[in-house]
Amino acid sequence: MNSLSDFMLPPAKSTLAGQTDALFNFINVTSLIFLIGITFAIIYFSWKYRRRSENDVTPVITHNNKLEITWSVIPLILVIIVFGWGFTGYMNKATPPNDSYEIRVVGKSWLWEFHYPNGYVSVGELHVPEDRPVKLVMSSTDVIHSFYIPDFRVKKDVLPNRYTSLWFEATDPGESVVFCTEYCGNAHSNMMATTIVHTQEDFQSWLETAGSADENLTPVELGEQLTTRNACTTCHSVDGSVLQGPSFQGLFGSEAPLESGETVSVDENYIRESILEPQAKIHEGFQPVMPSYAGTLDDNQINAIIEYIKTLD
Amino acid sequence: MATTEETPTRKIQVKRFKPEEYPEKHYLNQEKGLWAWLTTVDHKKIGLMYLMSVAFFFLVGGVLALLLRTELLTPARNFMTADVYNQVFTLHGAIMIFFFLIPSVPAALGNFVLPLQLGAKDVAFPRLNLASFYIYVIGALFTITAIFTGGIDTGWTFYTPYSSTTGGSVAMMTLGVFILGFSSILTGLNFIVTIHKLRSPGITWNKLPLNLWGLYATSLIQILATPVLAITLLLLTMERVLSIGIFDPALGGDPVLYQHFFWFYSHPAVYIMIVPGFGIVSEIISTFSKKVIFGYWAIALSSLAIAFIGFLVWGHHMFTAGQSSLANMVFSFLTFLVGIPTGIKIFNWLATMYKGSIDLKTPMVYILVFLFLFTIGGFTGIMLGALSVDVHLHDTYYVVAHFHYVMMGGMVMAFLGGLHYWWPKMFGKMYSEFWGKIAAGIIFVGFNMTFLPQFIMGSQGMPRRYYNYIDQFQAFHQFSTIGAYIMGVGFVIIAAYLLHSLLRGEKASSNPWGSRALEWQTSSPPDLHNFKHTPVIINGPYDYHKPMSEFQLGIATPHNGHGHHEEEGMDVAETEKEKA
Ligand code: HEC
Ligand SMILES: [Cu+2]
Repeated sequence: MNSLSDFMLPPAKSTLAGQTDALFNFINVTSLIFLIGITFAIIYFSWKYRRRSENDVTPVITHNNKLEITWSVIPLILVIIVFGWGFTGYMNKATPPNDSYEIRVVGKSWLWEFHYPNGYVSVGELHVPEDRPVKLVMSSTDVIHSFYIPDFRVKKDVLPNRYTSLWFEATDPGESVVFCTEYCGNAHSNMMATTIVHTQEDFQSWLETAGSADENLTPVELGEQLTTRNACTTCHSVDGSVLQGPSFQGLFGSEAPLESGETVSVDENYIRESILEPQAKIHEGFQPVMPSYAGTLDDNQINAIIEYIKTLD
Repeated sequence: MATTEETPTRKIQVKRFKPEEYPEKHYLNQEKGLWAWLTTVDHKKIGLMYLMSVAFFFLVGGVLALLLRTELLTPARNFMTADVYNQVFTLHGAIMIFFFLIPSVPAALGNFVLPLQLGAKDVAFPRLNLASFYIYVIGALFTITAIFTGGIDTGWTFYTPYSSTTGGSVAMMTLGVFILGFSSILTGLNFIVTIHKLRSPGITWNKLPLNLWGLYATSLIQILATPVLAITLLLLTMERVLSIGIFDPALGGDPVLYQHFFWFYSHPAVYIMIVPGFGIVSEIISTFSKKVIFGYWAIALSSLAIAFIGFLVWGHHMFTAGQSSLANMVFSFLTFLVGIPTGIKIFNWLATMYKGSIDLKTPMVYILVFLFLFTIGGFTGIMLGALSVDVHLHDTYYVVAHFHYVMMGGMVMAFLGGLHYWWPKMFGKMYSEFWGKIAAGIIFVGFNMTFLPQFIMGSQGMPRRYYNYIDQFQAFHQFSTIGAYIMGVGFVIIAAYLLHSLLRGEKASSNPWGSRALEWQTSSPPDLHNFKHTPVIINGPYDYHKPMSEFQLGIATPHNGHGHHEEEGMDVAETEKEKA
């Protein structure tokens, strides 16, 4: 039974996984027993009662109350067990402990942003401490997304007009993938993130350095960091190759042709506008898929990114 | 349970009418020319026109599926862009559901057999029936226009606010589906009235073929649920075109409201797709087991129970959508309840095979395939109904595999069974048994290869509607794609031998399977008016212990009084038709 779930399920890395997996296994095994029985009956009857002549006479069996009640009641009992089991497991997933560590999650097409209590924002990387309940309070800035960490067995839709939340307690330091599971358009399948589980001490020191480390960097160094941290580099290369968006290499000072037919020269203002209001001017030949970073990046950070892009020629 | 003693009876002079074998004149050649087809009010021809249309859409939807599977051979881009991929999966879903699955059994097969099984000349409103067909065609034209004027990339579920903000011809498409809904409503209405009013003398409710109980339950859902879809799509169109805020939060609307509306139709729609399949299964199992059906009332009433409870479970599509825990609890519980009548049916069918005289002809092979695949579909449905597990599995490939086991493993297999079963009646031709079984075998293998790996991928976390995926899933995806190609080969074989049967097929006798059901007691193909007499029914459609002669009775008219010795007086239960 364990080998079955090892094969079918991802590694169990949260306290909520155990109960879910136990029910998963229970349903699988029970179903398998029934399925084998039914399949056996199909094959056995087809062979045993195969037609021998066109004049075969079959018995008249119209119904059998005892039998029919049995095969209604046994499944009924089984599904009530499954229902109760599933519901209690669900209630666990729906009720975060009071002392949970809260992180704000913002889903936008097509990236995940994580806002920590100290004001630090990471994009595409969710850092959490191990052995401590973490509650995610989530919302979307555009369409519906859904936040899913298979290793933790948690998932919740992320809506544009309200907050939803989920919680988990990670049990092992390491990395787990985050998927968006509510279809949200062009780059839906790229809307992933990584959950990085630290030991409690590592998490504390990460949190302390994460925000303040920036202060010790030169603007160009900071800009480079920010472009990876904010997932710019998943769409913009720095070596001239074209990904989802135009490359940063040689961008500054160039003339960018727009979908509208005009051209603009790429200066500080254009880059700033591209980051805060990406749909305002669309570079010719590209899809309008870049998310807005308004509210994510502050002036200082945008300046740093501009300084960094300037160096890439 | 009604027994003959309680039902009012009356004496009718009856005689035996043996069906004419290999008739010269039948419904396919009594009226000729394209115009006669396009304006026909004959339910059989309308059924065939539907059959051609759904076959066409199945082909289109199937090719789209193969394109998707091909793109998924590797994690990154193969030959489509993400935008094209998104449009293709949207179309695959929308076409298969709205243009193939929903009309396939009721409108195509149902239209053909329903009046035959009642011994009626036609449905109650033949012109309305033709109108339904044309409404279907108009809906299809809208959809095709939508595809060529920008396409649509919302998924067949049209979830807001994505659908109210994305580009493309969403409004055109939803309008097409809106129009299509009327076709479905009118067909449902027609069937209900026909079953109530046009039953031949003697067809009491307990002698109604189970296929008709299935169609009856389906029709009820069609007329009650489809209007809700219509309203929802109209609201969505208003939002897109007139910017009236209903579902889009940017306009002050509520996107989850849309999901409630949508699933209030679309969950019952799942039963529109599967319940008529149950009817076919009952007919075929009894015929090829040559045995009275086990638990007639259990099967008949469980269809109605499913139709009824099916209206109350829509929320199980929204367990992770932020619905209250109480709502989740209620919807989860009701979802399990709907599983019970479904399970009962499976056991009843198995019990019918017990001690039968089982003939594994092609239709029966499809039904056995149905039993196996649909059981898997059902059990995985139980898995998804369990709240804590669904949180993990929702919107993954597990769900994709589950509904393909139900819809394709269930409904499409039942449809293929029904198609092979009634084919001789439709065209008066037999097809190759050998190739029939080969194709069924290939489809069975291909189907499982395609969808079993999807259960595993889904359990491991592979989300649905993904154009790219992480490397760990590649082996499963490739296996699945190969399975899909194999399945494609199976369908090509079917197309080939059915075409061959039409052109060169051996002639079929009136009752090649030795069935007791009424549609087999007329010639193959039937006369334009189905029967040349008014059938009189004294036995149930599955009474294999009664001699065939008792199933071929009809009202003896004074005019053709040649065989006086054959005539006898029969006590026949009164039906509404006579009382009316
Ligand atoms: C989801 C992919 C994606 C992400 C993430 C992304 N961009 Fe973009 N970006 C694009 C696309 C596509 C374009 C071209 C279309 C347009 O002009 O909006 C673009 C355009 C730009 C432009 C204008 C370039 C030109 O030639 O017109 C700048 C500057 C830019 N992005 C900077 C950034 C920065 C800085 C980040 C990270 C903070 C970022 N982008 C994140 C996709 C992305
Ligand atoms: Cu998304």
